[in-house]
Amino acid sequence: MLALSTQLNTYLLLGAMLFGFGVFGLVKRPSLIGMLIAAELVLCGASVNFMAFNHFLAPDKTVGQIMTLFIMAIAAAEAAIAMSIIVAVYRNYKSVETQDLADLQG
Amino acid sequence: MNIQEFYNYFQISLGVADVVKEGVFLGFILVTLGGALMATCSTRTIRAIFGLVVCFVGIAGIYYFLNSPFVSLMQLMIYVGAVAITIAFAIMLAEPDENKRAAKTPPLAGPFAVLLGASVTWALAAASLGAKWMAPAIVVNEGTVTQVGEALLTKYSMAFELVSIVLLLAILGSLVVARSGRDKEC
Repeated sequence: MLALSTQLNTYLLLGAMLFGFGVFGLVKRPSLIGMLIAAELVLCGASVNFMAFNHFLAPDKTVGQIMTLFIMAIAAAEAAIAMSIIVAVYRNYKSVETQDLADLQG
Repeated sequence: MNIQEFYNYFQISLGVADVVKEGVFLGFILVTLGGALMATCSTRTIRAIFGLVVCFVGIAGIYYFLNSPFVSLMQLMIYVGAVAITIAFAIMLAEPDENKRAAKTPPLAGPFAVLLGASVTWALAAASLGAKWMAPAIVVNEGTVTQVGEALLTKYSMAFELVSIVLLLAILGSLVVARSGRDKEC
């Protein structure tokens, strides 16, 4: 029987697909909040790769877990700052669509 | 053949535990990918956030399969409990309405996004599946919760402190940025 959960390639493929979904969402979404959501997906794809390499290839199996914990902390900080920027943009432009933020377009 | 014998025969011949384990693993993968699809493709932003939460729960299950229940629980607490709620707050404060503006987006954004996402996925998958990964010759430690805690407080204590400073600065900075507009109105 095919044991998917004990193979490194499954996790690497999942991480690549999450990263791809994130890039797809970053391009497709018309609003800043949608882009923030897609950026979280990109970070998650990277974390899955870190955890997979940690479980299958690392001699010291704490390294990847600690790296993933740090990525989570950075993601939380990023979400907080992005939320405050979105709120500030909404106050000035009354919109969070990327099409409307075109003051520098000339 | 009584029930016990039948149960033993069934368990040995089919490997019920393995089947259940693989089924649960496949379920977590489907939940993750379905959540990611919902997070990127739904028209309403609140549904996108729900998809993000579903995706995070699936990833927590994947982490459990990778022998790290601590990171799995942290994923649930930090991502589902904090990050998703923060993004939900952003929706409440900024009221985005993507469906009204759907006509204003460039017509090529959708196909271009699909193309870009697919090619990035293909490149990453080809690079990581084509490489020869070597299993470690020796395993220094197993990465249990105790060992993770010890490493965080000894070997990585500096990085730990720096991350806490980064979080503090992020909170202060977000307060400053979000508050500055309000002063003008007063």
